[in-house]
Order: sequence, then structure tokens, then C-alpha cells
Amino acid sequence: MSRVRVLVGTKKGGFILSSDGTRKQWEVQGPLWGGWEIYHLTGSPADPDRLYASQTSSWFGQVIQRSDDGGRTWNPPGTKPEDLVGPDGMPKGESNMFLYDQSAETGKPLTTHQHYDGTQRPWEFKRVWHLEPSPTEPDTVFAGVEDAALFKSTDGGRTWKELAGLRSAKGQLWQPGAGGLCLHTVLLDQRQPNRMFVAISAAGTFRTEDGGQTWRPTNKGLLSQYELPDPDAEVGHCVHRITMHPSRPNVLFMQKHWDVMRSDDGGDSWHEISGNLPTDFGFPITVHAHEPETVYVVPIKSDSEHYPPDGKLRVYRSRTGGHEWEALTKGLPQEHCYVNVLRDAMAVDPCDPCGIYFGTTGGQVYASADGGDSWRAIASNLPGVLSVEAQLVP
Amino acid sequence: MVRVILPQHLRTLAKVEGEVSLEVVGPVTQGAVLDALEARYPVLRGTIRDHTSKRRRPFIRFFACEEDFSHEPADAVLPDAVATGKEALLIVGAMAGG
Repeated sequence: MSRVRVLVGTKKGGFILSSDGTRKQWEVQGPLWGGWEIYHLTGSPADPDRLYASQTSSWFGQVIQRSDDGGRTWNPPGTKPEDLVGPDGMPKGESNMFLYDQSAETGKPLTTHQHYDGTQRPWEFKRVWHLEPSPTEPDTVFAGVEDAALFKSTDGGRTWKELAGLRSAKGQLWQPGAGGLCLHTVLLDQRQPNRMFVAISAAGTFRTEDGGQTWRPTNKGLLSQYELPDPDAEVGHCVHRITMHPSRPNVLFMQKHWDVMRSDDGGDSWHEISGNLPTDFGFPITVHAHEPETVYVVPIKSDSEHYPPDGKLRVYRSRTGGHEWEALTKGLPQEHCYVNVLRDAMAVDPCDPCGIYFGTTGGQVYASADGGDSWRAIASNLPGVLSVEAQLVP
Repeated sequence: MVRVILPQHLRTLAKVEGEVSLEVVGPVTQGAVLDALEARYPVLRGTIRDHTSKRRRPFIRFFACEEDFSHEPADAVLPDAVATGKEALLIVGAMAGG
């Protein structure tokens, strides 16, 4: 029977939760890299045993870790198995280097962005927020980083090159949100490998059709009336998350700072689908694995109160692609609950019925094996959860 | 041999136990010790000082002989006691909460 792996990044380490296809009993492995922030832990769709992790620390910087055996062993890319043998065995891979491209040959990339105080600041690498492996090549992986940029590796994470054309898409106007100037979402169009979308806080969404050489802002229809002096500016919007169903790469869903949005033309235009949500502020948004019009969000009270309204943790599901939402509460705390669910902390598995998972800042990981109808905690006392991914392992 | 004591997280990352002994060629400066350390443990590149500028990361400190050498230039010679291995160079993660 196939197994399901849930990969959890937290503020103090990584965890791998495993179950068989029934998803009733879960084993917890971890913490991996205890004490480090694991911003993202994810697997390659092309090889489920190839896992990548972003291990980061304000003290010690950025390390990329890679596993080639489904998470049993990990090493910085560039380490060969023979490097680890014997009393002097040690990882030989470098802690990873993310150097912004400032050469003229890529078309005069911008080297400054807007800072909180309105001044222009040079780009400075801080951490990798999100890793997006290629659907077809286990050694190819994209990294969304802070300060906002997109990097690509084609050697399994050993070396990284910036796709610097992105910063030419009005990069001088991008500015950090409260969480930093971060590129947190990368969506790959599985039908057209050169087509990608990224989302940046606080800049907006961007699309490339040529593998990342050139990009254009795709934010028409977004309104940020309390966050921007020009509410429908071309860039500057605080997009918290975008998602798509792989079978319909022109239909995008977005959880913005405020507003849940939808695009039916690959980001060329957006319209609001918040409908009857109790609040349209939130962070994660995801799509059902088999139903492209079924979407999930976790409404949060407000941008100044990052917890669920009324102390009730509720996932909201729309089966109509937005506008009409139903609260999913069975198995979730319905009183005195004041946790948040961060943007990368919700995922689906491809089982039938579809499994949904999310982690909270309070360290709970909740799972539903029935498309969201009912939930239970599969881990309860982890450090604050930063990211959740789900894999089906043959 | 120069003795270096790493913070726990970097010992774990480099898979070393206890302190590290390094052969340092030429004057024993902070920069020379870090060059030797990174040559022997490539995974530590970028964790103590910036990959390219070689500037100390903000929350890293260098202590030896009960003195703080964090703000000394990288090419300043360290005390004889460090060069001879009598005293260790401590690489320390700065105190912080959370």
C-alpha cells in the first residue's frame, strides 16, 4: 500500500509524519536540525525520495539540506556518500551560496528596492522561504528567497543562479511587508515548462513565459486601499499566497493580505471571491487534489489580530471556485483558539479521498482524510509550524 | 596547532565533537584561522562569515584569552596563547532570546 508523508518545517526543526494510505496512524520523525528554523521541507514530484529543506538561522545563515532516501539521511548537496565514511568522514558540501546577479549581460538588473523608510536599499540575501522542485527533474529546484528573488539549481541544490530578470519587473518599487521582502510562492505550469508564477510580499504576483528570463507584473484587479496610496497600483500588493490546480494552469486563486481573489486568465486580471467568508484576511490557500473548483482557506480575524475570529479554528471550503464558502469545524477547536496558520503551512495529498493538512503557530498539525469534512491533530505540541507539504510515496 | 571551539549548532552541522585543531600557515590571524577552518570543513562556509565579503555574521562573536576579538580586523594577529594552542579561539553565537 502507498504511504503518505507529511513534511513539516517549524521554528525549531523539521519533522516527518508518516502513515499508510488509510491515514489513521501517524509516526513522527524528528526534530531534524533541532533549534534551526526550517522554513520549508518538500519533496520532488519526480522522485519522492528526493527531499529538500531550507535550514536557516539568524546566527548561522542559510543551509540547504538534501535527502536522497526519503528523509532517513540528510546532507548539504555536494556531499558524496564516501565523504561520510570513516572517522574523518564529514559533509563536504558548502553551506549554500545565494549571490544576486548584478552583471550587465542579463539586461541591467535593478540593484535596489524600496525600504520601509522610502529609501532605496541594495538587495541582501537573508534566507530561503520556499523550495519548488521541478515536476520532472529531481535535480532541478527553484528557491524563493528574502530579499525577494528567484534562484534555480540544476545540480540538486549544490549551486544556485538567480533568475535576475524578475527584479526588472519594477523591483525598485517593491518593499518589505512586516515579514520581510520575501518571494514565498513559486507555481510551475506543468504543461508549459517555461511558464511560471511567483508571489512576493509586498510586491504582488509575476509571470514568466520564457523560463524566468523576463517577467511581468500580473496584479490587475487587486485593490489594497489601506495599504497603498494608489489602491490599484501595478506592484506593491501584499499577496500572501497563490495556488493553482495542475490541470488548469490559467485558473489561479489568491489569499491577499485582505481579499480572496481569483484569476481565470493566468493572472492577467483578478476578481474577488471572498463571498460569505467571516473575514477575508488570511495566509494559506490551496486547491483540492481532484476537484479544481474546490478551494480551502483559513480566515484570520484581521491584520492586527492574527488569530481566528471568535476563537474558533475553522477551515472554509468553497466547492464553487469561490463566493460560496462553508465552515469546516468537525475535529477542530471551537473555543479559546488563538493560533495562526502561515502561508506555506497548508497542503493536500493526492489520495482518494483527498487529504488536507495544515499546521499552526501553536504547533498542531491537523489532518483531514475526507476532503475537509472532519479533522484530527496528528501532532499536537511541535514548535510553531512554518510549512507543511504532503507526499504520496509508492 | 590552533584550537577552535565551535558553537553547538556548527559542531552538529560539520559533524564534529569537541574542539577542532587546525594547522594554520603563516601569521595566526582571525582570517587565517577561519580560512583553515573552512578549508577543512567546507559546510561551515557562509555560517560564520559572509561567503564573499568575508565579513563576520552579525550574531557571531570571537573570544579568546577572556577578551573579545569580534571587532578586530581579520588580518590582526591573535595572541600567542592562541597561536601556540595554549588557549582556544571560541566562536560563539551571540546571546538572544526566542
